[in-house]
Amino acid sequence: MDATEIGLWGVPLAILGGAIRVSTPFIFVSLGEAITERSGRINLGLEGTLVFGAMTAYAVAVMTGSPWLGLLAAAAAGLCFGLFHGWICKFPGVNDIAIGIALMLLGSGLAFFFGKPFIQPSAPDLPAIPFGGWSDIPQVQAALNVNVLFLIGAALAVFLWWAFRNTRAGLILRVVGDSSDAARAMGLNPNTVRLIATGLGGALAGIGGAYLSLYYPGSWTERISSGQGLMAVALVIFARWNPLGCFAAALLFGGAGALGPALQSVGVTQGYYLFYAAPYILTLIIMIATSSPSRSLAGAPGELSITK
Amino acid sequence: MADTVSSADAPAVFGARGYPAALEWLARRAEAFVIPLAALVVGMLLFSLFIALVGKSPVQLYETMWRGGFGSWFSIQNSLSRGAPLLLAALCVALPARLGLVVIGGEGAIVLGGVAAAATGVALSGAPSSIVILAMGVAGMAAGGIWIGAVGALRHYRAVNETISSLLMAYIAIALMNHLVEGPLRDPASLNKPSTQPLADAYRIGNIPGMEVHWGLVVGIVACILSWLLIEKTRWGFAARIAGGNVRAAQVQGLAVGPLIVGFTALAGGFAGLAGMLEVGAVQGSANASLAAGYGYTGILVAFLARHNPLAIIPVAILLGGINASGGLIQRRMDLPDATVLVLQGMLFVVILFSETFYGRFKAFNPDLWKRGA
Repeated sequence: MDATEIGLWGVPLAILGGAIRVSTPFIFVSLGEAITERSGRINLGLEGTLVFGAMTAYAVAVMTGSPWLGLLAAAAAGLCFGLFHGWICKFPGVNDIAIGIALMLLGSGLAFFFGKPFIQPSAPDLPAIPFGGWSDIPQVQAALNVNVLFLIGAALAVFLWWAFRNTRAGLILRVVGDSSDAARAMGLNPNTVRLIATGLGGALAGIGGAYLSLYYPGSWTERISSGQGLMAVALVIFARWNPLGCFAAALLFGGAGALGPALQSVGVTQGYYLFYAAPYILTLIIMIATSSPSRSLAGAPGELSITK
Repeated sequence: MADTVSSADAPAVFGARGYPAALEWLARRAEAFVIPLAALVVGMLLFSLFIALVGKSPVQLYETMWRGGFGSWFSIQNSLSRGAPLLLAALCVALPARLGLVVIGGEGAIVLGGVAAAATGVALSGAPSSIVILAMGVAGMAAGGIWIGAVGALRHYRAVNETISSLLMAYIAIALMNHLVEGPLRDPASLNKPSTQPLADAYRIGNIPGMEVHWGLVVGIVACILSWLLIEKTRWGFAARIAGGNVRAAQVQGLAVGPLIVGFTALAGGFAGLAGMLEVGAVQGSANASLAAGYGYTGILVAFLARHNPLAIIPVAILLGGINASGGLIQRRMDLPDATVLVLQGMLFVVILFSETFYGRFKAFNPDLWKRGA
């Protein structure tokens, strides 16, 4: 079969490849938010952390020539944002949803401020493993070109799923998230645990951002993120705070996000914007379907403010 | 004795703790002014620190900001023009906030309101201008009202978190706007920048006489005043404030919380949609991608800075209009990126939210806790 004649098969192939490619930032941000929400905090500021992480990774990669140092810097920056969110939310009377919105705006603002000189230069990309090398068809090769971070994310999801259930740290996290009083009775300080959890969540979100600027789309612009951080928060609720569920949901969203470009690649240009809106519509539908006013969300951490 | 009960027919010059009654009255009211102002000052100081750390002079920055925002009649008018849409965008956040909801999707309502208004203006070409402008306003308010009202309905009837859903709806709305503006509603003559057909001059909204600012400013101020009256002086507003404090208590009292939530969110969306209509009618002349200019997001900050009080929104919106107006001057004169203004807004936002923790903590504002006075 001639390599260029796969025709409409290009669409599901592109969706598969896109699902893997586009889902990677979702994986990291949602895993990070899962840790944070399991501790009883909601961090809506991950969108700003994501953008700032993307800028930091790109800037450090440009300046040092190493994408891995950029990744590390993004994780460190995300950690700082997360710790700040965790610290400021412990004060009574401070609304954690509003703080998240404020950090979303501040994070983006700081990223655009410091990132201005880095829009033009190009940075080295994070490596990908070509699993599609057995095929001659370029579309198959492109679809199976899997980035290392995807594999790391998958491993992380499994690790977190195991750790939530079987480690002391996981138990501490869940107790603090379900009941502050029970945690204090156990001798834990809920605020400290939430501080660490939010910090970790921010670090993972920073890594998600690094992926955006250092692999796909692979450049730093002010349009790099379009609500991924926010959709990841909805994703965590949909996945019932289960890391494996987060991974699966991220793949689903990645596929939805790849729908537009996939259709465009086979020549369907009508309604491009509507396909581009597919992930948001999907998120909304899922949120509607999984919420209910009479029953509280099954498996929700008891201390989470949006489920009260 | 200072704390004996005074006779009924003489006004109490001294309050229960022995201080002048006027002082006690002032102390109780002062908290709502002093803490936000202090937060503003602290925010500005932190921003000055940031500017100094990146190697620029904060004094020069504030001077440039003043000059760009309020230093001349030209800049004042610029600030007022930029503040006008913020008045309505902030109401979109403030009204649901009084009900205890955090709705941040105003950008979507603005965009759809603009498209609806533009489409109406084109569809009714030929009709008398007052009818068309009124129809455009109604269309804009309806589009925005439906959009945000849906968010409220989802919140009450399906317990969907309104912050996330409103932001998702905003992204969907922008995609919808782009689709309509580049597709079905596109003006064939607009090649470089896809937009709807331009409105006839008769249907454009003009400037306030003597100023270079369009009537949208007056519309916004009137909307704020009406909102304040609604919340403070009507029974629906009273019911809303109760529901905002404790939904279950409101329901036990027999208040119909569902229609209240949907009504208020629809009104909030209607105001945002009106802002979109004014953008189209007064500024752009047609609907295009420029509608998504970020007013919805700045409106969030205005609402929180004003602590969701519609009257306070008026000065805060103009202040933020001034900050935004000075952005271009800051960029040119000080060689700073235009995101500088975004950083200032973000810092102010964080500080004002942090200041919430100080309410009720200072004895100075609570005369009941003062030591007995002379």
